[in-house]
Amino acid sequence: MNLSSVKELEDLRKKILSGRDLDKPCIAVCGGPGCLAKQCLQVRDEFIKEISAKGLKSKVDIRTTGCHGYCERGPIALIFPQGIFYQRLSIDDVAEIVEETVINNKTVPRLLYSDVEAKQVIEKENDIPFYKMQTRLILSNNRMIDPNSIEDYLAIGGYSALGKVLGSMNPPEVLDAIKKSGLRGRGGGGFHTGRKWEATRDAPGDIKYVICNADEGDPGAFMDRSILEGNPHSVLEGMIIGAYTIGSGVGYVYVRNEYPLALKNVMLAIKQAKELGILGNNILGSGFSFDVKVNRGGGAFVCGESTALMASLEGKTGEPRAKYIHTSEKGLWDRPSNLNNVETWANVPMILNKGAQWFSDIGTESSKGTKVFSLVGKINNTGLVEVPMGMTLREIIFDIGGGIPGGKSFKAVQTGGPSGGCIPENLLDIPVDYERLTEVGSMMGSGGMIVMDEDTCMVDLAKYFTNFLQEESCGKCVPCREGLRRMGDILKDITEGKGRMDDILLIEDLAGMLKDASLCGLGTTAANPVISTLKYFRDEYVAHISDHKCPAGVCRELITYGIDPDNCTGCGLCKKNCPPKAINGERKQTHVLDTGKCIKCGICYDVCKFEAVRKE
Amino acid sequence: MSKKVEKSRGEMISFMLNGAEVQADPKWSLLEAIQFYGISIPTLCHDEGLTPYGVCRMCVVEVGNGNRTKLVASCMHPVTGGLNVRTHTSRVIKTRKMILELLIARCPSSKKLQDMAAMLELKEVRFDPLNDDCILCGLCVRMCEEQMVAKAIGYAGRGMDRYITTPFDMTSDECRKCGACMFICPVCELRCQGPQAETTLCSGCINTEPVCASIYGEAMCFMVPCLSCIKKPEDVKA
Repeated sequence: MNLSSVKELEDLRKKILSGRDLDKPCIAVCGGPGCLAKQCLQVRDEFIKEISAKGLKSKVDIRTTGCHGYCERGPIALIFPQGIFYQRLSIDDVAEIVEETVINNKTVPRLLYSDVEAKQVIEKENDIPFYKMQTRLILSNNRMIDPNSIEDYLAIGGYSALGKVLGSMNPPEVLDAIKKSGLRGRGGGGFHTGRKWEATRDAPGDIKYVICNADEGDPGAFMDRSILEGNPHSVLEGMIIGAYTIGSGVGYVYVRNEYPLALKNVMLAIKQAKELGILGNNILGSGFSFDVKVNRGGGAFVCGESTALMASLEGKTGEPRAKYIHTSEKGLWDRPSNLNNVETWANVPMILNKGAQWFSDIGTESSKGTKVFSLVGKINNTGLVEVPMGMTLREIIFDIGGGIPGGKSFKAVQTGGPSGGCIPENLLDIPVDYERLTEVGSMMGSGGMIVMDEDTCMVDLAKYFTNFLQEESCGKCVPCREGLRRMGDILKDITEGKGRMDDILLIEDLAGMLKDASLCGLGTTAANPVISTLKYFRDEYVAHISDHKCPAGVCRELITYGIDPDNCTGCGLCKKNCPPKAINGERKQTHVLDTGKCIKCGICYDVCKFEAVRKE
Repeated sequence: MSKKVEKSRGEMISFMLNGAEVQADPKWSLLEAIQFYGISIPTLCHDEGLTPYGVCRMCVVEVGNGNRTKLVASCMHPVTGGLNVRTHTSRVIKTRKMILELLIARCPSSKKLQDMAAMLELKEVRFDPLNDDCILCGLCVRMCEEQMVAKAIGYAGRGMDRYITTPFDMTSDECRKCGACMFICPVCELRCQGPQAETTLCSGCINTEPVCASIYGEAMCFMVPCLSCIKKPEDVKA
């Protein structure tokens, strides 16, 4: 079928909707990366088996969807139309759910979410505190659709923004809407999307490109992945609208090869859109033609930088170049190019459907709309959260995230990926927006949020991120290549107790130079973890250097293990597990640790049930 | 270079250079304009006959007004009207010195780097020397590709492991052994022999005294007189 007008698109949507019964039971199994790792596909297969065994195949739909966000509780299944939320499923639970919920319309309380504080079980997804506090505009559709079905996307109103744009708006009107909405780049820079589009649109040249940056490489971040895996058509729709506005005929999606499912889903989405005439020549009979190509990235973190990404698209080494002439004037193959992040593109259809005013009503003065964060680290509710801009970090971490597990206390949160800064407890009440995060020495980044508890050594953390960036640096410019190498060396020395007080000054000099003189964004922000930890946790650096102590008990060279005779019951568990056989003692007698033999692996500390192993 | 002559004599644009209003051809890079006005700023990866690469960052200058200033690599930055350029602010000098310190620590045998250190009054190198032979300025790669049209060498590896080599590290048929890469190399053109000061090449170079060794391991400073140790060359050579 090839749709040749907006009307035909709407007719198709009506046809799809008329064939669907909204009250028909549907089991939506989350197929996001977190749940996949927890064997959600086996659970889904069990559902399919069970449903056909009960002869309900025609009465119940089973849908594998994209990420629902609450990865901590995976595998997740939602039972529609009631919206019942089942969590931590295994294949053994499937039969009971089908019997009780699908057939008898009751719930299975042991599989429901239980609120520890309120001592009650919660049935519906929307009542769970994790979801209740969120404003899920982009992520909410993930659970409603099968990412491999364009009909599903059309059924929830997909491509209606495109229909509206092609049917009744000219490019300046679209541009005006995007500018008015106040949408800013979700990839980290926070540049105004409308202004970027305008610059590309106004740049001289007949061939222009639009690019979708899906090279998400931050450790612990999977926002873009989940959008692309769960709702690829929304990104495509945004790109088509962008291309129409800018006047571009070719677009590229640059996806990491490490995201095979995202790659598969986006390629399928392109194929489906082309078959329907939503992509390709003469889209919906409007005379506007646009084609999207998918390019797989080779796994270099630096290729998430716009100019490096463009170099990689051109088939060159993925290295950045100076951006004194913007990519909106001279980008891919020296032609005007507009690059936006996955999440930015996914916001576009929504803005045009609901209006710029609606979008700009959400958020703060300078940052509009919602932002997806991947909340990870030492946090109770690991997962993807989408919140309106301006929510405080405390609300995100403690109200949505459920605080720190194991009764530990909060130490810091790192926002913005490896180049972001660490924000301490006393700054948790700042609202999340581009400016405020930058002010406190961090950044919005693409939305990684790593929570750390009291057991995290901030020097060790700075060392980890410096080493990550040092490995991912392309090595082109001197500050980043040589500066990060030296910074890593110094931090290594400090964590091994070989640091000098001068080193702190030297790190600060290096950090200033990196920020000032590096060629691309990777280098200029690379010092953020070091600068922010030095600013807020300087005492930890000093403790490592002058006292040769690691306050968090992480740096191996600076800690010693010992057994507390008062607490030791002589159970022998530590002795049994000690790899170098450094622990001696008779059964039911106090054990002794030979520090000379100890390799500081920490196994005894972890296995001891009586808190008899001390770490100093 | 003839390149400049060929450029059309179009409208000149004005910008501020170290407090003076100057005019420049809009096709020039900032570096070309700065050099045209006789201001000397250090460069390592720049050559008039080659495409600017912008990696050594020695040519950084401060642009902008008030609190909103930033450092840019002048070899890559176009001359734009109304720009306020300052070539020797304390921020610029501090950055250049830090970069040079890193480069000398990587490659202490380069006379060019040692001379630059003397020029910029770099007083100490706080890092352990790596004794590498290459600062990865990429002049040879561009020379080979652009002037010799051979493309016989290129970069391999990434980040700290980056190096310049022939394809697959094998002898390349593309290489005509013209030697242009060696001619343009800022590091291997002249070798500073460091502490072994008797050789011919290094006789002209007086920045050889190893000092500060007691404090900084095997690192050394190359300043004469060495300000941290307050020694003069006569003291060392005697």
